[in-house]
Amino acid sequence: MTHTISILCDDIPGVMTRISGLFSRRGFNIESLTVGHTERPGKSRFTIVVEGDDGVLEQVRKQLQKLVHVIKVWDLDHERILEREHALVKVEVHEQDRANLLQLITVLQARILNSSGSIWVLEITGDSKSVDSAINLLGQYTILESIRTGKIALEQGMK
Amino acid sequence: MKKGKSTGAKALVRTLEKAGTEFIFGYPGGANLPIYEALQRSTIRHIQARHEQGAAHMADGFSRASGKTGVCMATSGPGATNLVTGIATAYMDSSPMLAITGQVARTMIGNDAFQEVDITGITMPITKHNYLIQSAHQVAPTIEEAFFLAGTGRRGPVLVDIPKDVQTDEFANQHEKRRVLEGYNPTIKGHIGQIKRAAAVLREAERPVIIVGGGVISSNTYADVADFVKKLGIPVVHTLMGKSAFDNFNPLNLGLFGYHGSRAANTAVSKSDLILAIGTRFGDRSTGPLASFAQDAKIIHIDVDPAEIGKNVPTYLPIVGDIADVLPRLTSLLSESSDDQLSMEHPRAAWTTTLLNQKQSCNNGKNGSSTGKSLDQERLTTPTALAAAAEAFPQALLVTDVGRHQIFAAQHFPVAAGRNFITSGGLGTMGFGLPAAIGAALAQPEKRVMLITGDGSFLMNIQELVTAAEAGINLTVLVMNDHRLGMIQQLQDGFYRSRFDVSGFTQDIQFDRLAADFGCRGDRAESEAELQNAVAAAAQAEGVTVIDCKIGEEEHVYPMVTGKNLLELTEGEA
Repeated sequence: MTHTISILCDDIPGVMTRISGLFSRRGFNIESLTVGHTERPGKSRFTIVVEGDDGVLEQVRKQLQKLVHVIKVWDLDHERILEREHALVKVEVHEQDRANLLQLITVLQARILNSSGSIWVLEITGDSKSVDSAINLLGQYTILESIRTGKIALEQGMK
Repeated sequence: MKKGKSTGAKALVRTLEKAGTEFIFGYPGGANLPIYEALQRSTIRHIQARHEQGAAHMADGFSRASGKTGVCMATSGPGATNLVTGIATAYMDSSPMLAITGQVARTMIGNDAFQEVDITGITMPITKHNYLIQSAHQVAPTIEEAFFLAGTGRRGPVLVDIPKDVQTDEFANQHEKRRVLEGYNPTIKGHIGQIKRAAAVLREAERPVIIVGGGVISSNTYADVADFVKKLGIPVVHTLMGKSAFDNFNPLNLGLFGYHGSRAANTAVSKSDLILAIGTRFGDRSTGPLASFAQDAKIIHIDVDPAEIGKNVPTYLPIVGDIADVLPRLTSLLSESSDDQLSMEHPRAAWTTTLLNQKQSCNNGKNGSSTGKSLDQERLTTPTALAAAAEAFPQALLVTDVGRHQIFAAQHFPVAAGRNFITSGGLGTMGFGLPAAIGAALAQPEKRVMLITGDGSFLMNIQELVTAAEAGINLTVLVMNDHRLGMIQQLQDGFYRSRFDVSGFTQDIQFDRLAADFGCRGDRAESEAELQNAVAAAAQAEGVTVIDCKIGEEEHVYPMVTGKNLLELTEGEA
């Protein structure tokens, strides 16, 4: 099953290697990993999405917690979480498709970041499932390139 | 140098001194010479190993024998990589150690400079933590932090990599405060609710057994264990790492359990309804196949590392904390209860009696043909050699290497509770024994230190005999010289068909002569009588004695689990 792991840690060199090493050693493939600064100076927060056996992942969570620079680890799957992901999609649009695409963009609440002739760059934000389906729908046009940030997530309400 | 200024190397040595460091086990090279310059004016004694791996095992042996954090040092590149096996050995057995490595200058890092290696990258999975120091003023606080991490919570090795220019850099000498480590808070105090629940479960158990592991030794709680066993009268089994956690002469000690455990010990674990596991990680050499491990038992697991709870076996009741905190509280809770539960009518009494009888019959069997006396009474075997050695060194601190002799030593050489048995349990590092024994002898000069090794293991770090001779220690080495890799041969005989000869050594090495060339006392023994004389002489001698024990075709080491659970044991040759 898919797990979303959130890690609060010190923002220092090497911390990412230490964290990712614990996953790779046990054969987990990281589906997405995001990291960025938090409200606390000098602290970063990772959001890692992995698929794998619950028992083995529980062991990884405990090992993560043992890393000296890791302050706290959450397995967010059992929490009420808010999640967002960001994608940039470059599509090729022919003259006759423009009206339809503009309509789709409105429905998806996407934004046009750039359009030069027939090449448009679109921005999509949403939870991972919405981003999946948006990219899926855009597939009826020619997608030249696309990139996703991976998921970021927070618990709802008080921590 | 200006007044009030210091260098990275000086700060390092000063911090080591402040931490109470008595020895550095090291080897020089281009990238750590500034540290040796600073060391010249220090009270710390440098023990010059002959290989960095030896230096690491010496620091580890020192740690295990003393409970303090041993320090080893190497240069960059090959010096650093040579430490790796020693660091991994310490990591697997949770031994506190500080490894210091020289590194190429900061400006050269990443340029594939001469003798450059990313040692912090390499040792990330085998250290509790590691550091690459970036400036001279960070040296002192980092070393303080390294000692703190190595020696608290679950112990382990910490590596500090110091670039050469950081060692020589001058900086304004003012004390930097150690950082607060927000993410490092080992749980020391056990949860009172869990301890009360454990007491309740223990009161009701009919077939309880205690498993003691290496955690008892690293937390110095042998007295607490002895106290608990004395009050509760519950039989005890031990892991390889926990051999000296509980007095081997105590009647309630059923001995080693697991892959090479005795029938009595393995029965106790397999048939138990309650296991109190103290400082053990349920390693695979202990549990055997997990699916069949202790099916009827509820497990109470006391450990300082929460990641060990439920890792290998399902835990009924975890108590995370330092044994030194948890066990005395558990003992006093149980002492408050009335004594009638422990009367002879209690089913527990019958359980204990059965196990003690089984232990007795196992011991009687030992004097028969399967182990102990061999077919030819005159011929020396490892068990007979161990018996003679144990008699001559009754209060020994025993160090072993890795292989068949190691298991024989765990089974046949009783030691008192305390830091009296040192072995590479987790990593199983051949070549660990001699350097570890040197570290142990330096840590405990008043103890009689004995190393039991095999010809295979001994040759892996034999160069350290020079170090031993130079160090001015008292050490007796028994080499079980059977011209073969006994454990390999046993495995090939048991489980492989081709018997491709990788386990036999054709060269007959005279270890007594070799020892003499290295500056030690050499002796040899071909019969039990000769060995008795040799160990008696060694017990009187100063310095290092190496006794070449000419073991013939050795018997395999039994019992050995050959089936699907701990009770499917092979107890001797068919």
